[in-house]
Amino acid sequence: MNANVTELVVFALLFLAVSVMGFVAAKWRRPENIESLHEWGLGGRNFGSWITWFLVGGDLYTAYTFVAVPALVFGAGALGFYALPYTVVVYPLVFLVLARMWSVSHVHGFVTPADFVRARFGSPTLALIIAITGLVATMPYIALQLVGIEAVLKTMGITGHLPIIIAFAILAAYTYQSGLRAPALIAFVKDTLIYIVILAAVIYIPAKLGGWGSIFDLAKAKFAASPAPGDGITLNANNQLQYVTLAFGSALALFLYPHSLTGVLASKNRGVIKRNMAALPAYSFLLGLIALLGFMAIAAGTKGVVGANGKVDNNTIIPALFDQMFPDWFAGVAYAAIGIGALVPAAIMSIAAANLFTRNIYREYLRKDATDAEEARVSKLVSLVVKVGAVLCILLLDPQFSIDLQLIGGVIILQTLPSVGLGLYTRWFHKGGLIAGWVAGMSAGIWMLYMVPNPANGKAHFGGSAFGLSNLGIDTKMTIYAGFLALAVNLIVAALGTLVFRALKVADGPDVTSREDYFADEGDPKVKDLDLAASH
Amino acid sequence: MPDDKSDRSPWNWLLLLPIAIPLMTFLYNFDEPRLLGFPLFYWLQIAFIVLGVVTTTLVYQMTKRRRQR
Repeated sequence: MNANVTELVVFALLFLAVSVMGFVAAKWRRPENIESLHEWGLGGRNFGSWITWFLVGGDLYTAYTFVAVPALVFGAGALGFYALPYTVVVYPLVFLVLARMWSVSHVHGFVTPADFVRARFGSPTLALIIAITGLVATMPYIALQLVGIEAVLKTMGITGHLPIIIAFAILAAYTYQSGLRAPALIAFVKDTLIYIVILAAVIYIPAKLGGWGSIFDLAKAKFAASPAPGDGITLNANNQLQYVTLAFGSALALFLYPHSLTGVLASKNRGVIKRNMAALPAYSFLLGLIALLGFMAIAAGTKGVVGANGKVDNNTIIPALFDQMFPDWFAGVAYAAIGIGALVPAAIMSIAAANLFTRNIYREYLRKDATDAEEARVSKLVSLVVKVGAVLCILLLDPQFSIDLQLIGGVIILQTLPSVGLGLYTRWFHKGGLIAGWVAGMSAGIWMLYMVPNPANGKAHFGGSAFGLSNLGIDTKMTIYAGFLALAVNLIVAALGTLVFRALKVADGPDVTSREDYFADEGDPKVKDLDLAASH
Repeated sequence: MPDDKSDRSPWNWLLLLPIAIPLMTFLYNFDEPRLLGFPLFYWLQIAFIVLGVVTTTLVYQMTKRRRQR
């Protein structure tokens, strides 16, 4: 009882302090006119290297990361460590791609991936598909952030959904008021807390548990004794392909999410992006250490909190480890770090989702003659609706499998790669081919996810993203990341479709971008300021 | 830079190293040798972060346009 009170007080104080910051953020970097929607966004004052580092880092390394990745390591061992190669591979992979995206977006005023596709392929239909895909993939991702907060609250003995609803109401209010400035400012606090907590954890906890060597030995013994075939402190013959394709597929997917692009486009110039691609791996180091908390929990014999359904909630493993290992006040700080870690990405995601809806659905299809003020109002309202949707996701779905929700989102968003990612490099694909490829990839992906059972909870379908190759008639126990295979189907169909549509001489859409647009930088007369959190 | 209006440079090929190497499980899928108690699987993959940072920084420094700060 008393222990929980100390934790709760520290948690609540830090959470409230950050919420106040969120509201005050409206005044940060002194906008001339708070009422203008232009200022809800970045108001032309784009971000330099440092702010971008915190903003993008806060955006990509989320509460989900801190809770679900170590929970996966706790349950499966080495396979959960995929998050590390994933975040090593991603930056060199997108180093040149994002610079091109920044340039073409700043020349043409694109704010969403669908804006780019609309202009590049001259197809409103393809753009609508990309926008809807982005929305559908982002919703469970926002919901996942709630799972992080909920895990912490559960560990402190607070059950029920009311606290989550309150936390998101606060988030919704200050995003409404301060736009993208709020998450940028809060990201500083979040990262500081996270670094303190994790550095303390990796020094203090192993010292109490007899050192790293013994932690790994205890984990090895646990996995050797468990009947599950896929676990262990190293990979086995059947899950190496899954590990590699999951890491690579996740890396391909990361910057296709509309919210990652929002952070990138907010940067001042191409140099800021490239410098950040070199500096963001500092977070990967942290992520590697966070993943290892899963092994510490094994060595410490940590038990997760039993949920309302009578089953142990694996997402509470890490909060429970902190509760067991740290003094109460510091556990409170750790919980606040996770809770605040959820707010930054959730705010950016809801802004990105609102942009997608307003620019690519509302203005394109519902009200072509909408005024700027009208669009602005819609955008802010949609950002609220999206958050309500995320809360509903949590109330209605089983939050135990938060990481799978995110993996499903990853499979879906990967299907935009041919249009958005490859589209930055080539106009070879025909718009009809891309649409056909999307349909094929999406169907294949959903079918594969449907075929994945989860033995841990007895679910026969949608139990994860590790698709057994035996489903294809191959005699093997090997699994592969469903998104990766779905993307391959998508690419093949898109290429064949392109050839067919060309042969049939079906008209292709016009491309309004030109080659130089992809290299323009700050100072170029064609480069415009973007209004990322508004809608004109 | 021969062409100021392009990202093209032979240095960019270096970026393939930190993309390909972390995906080669046969390099690191072992328990031994351990470093500070960490199995090879973990310490070597953490070391790949350094590889990523060094190559990306190198490519950025060697290819940045002169008019940039």
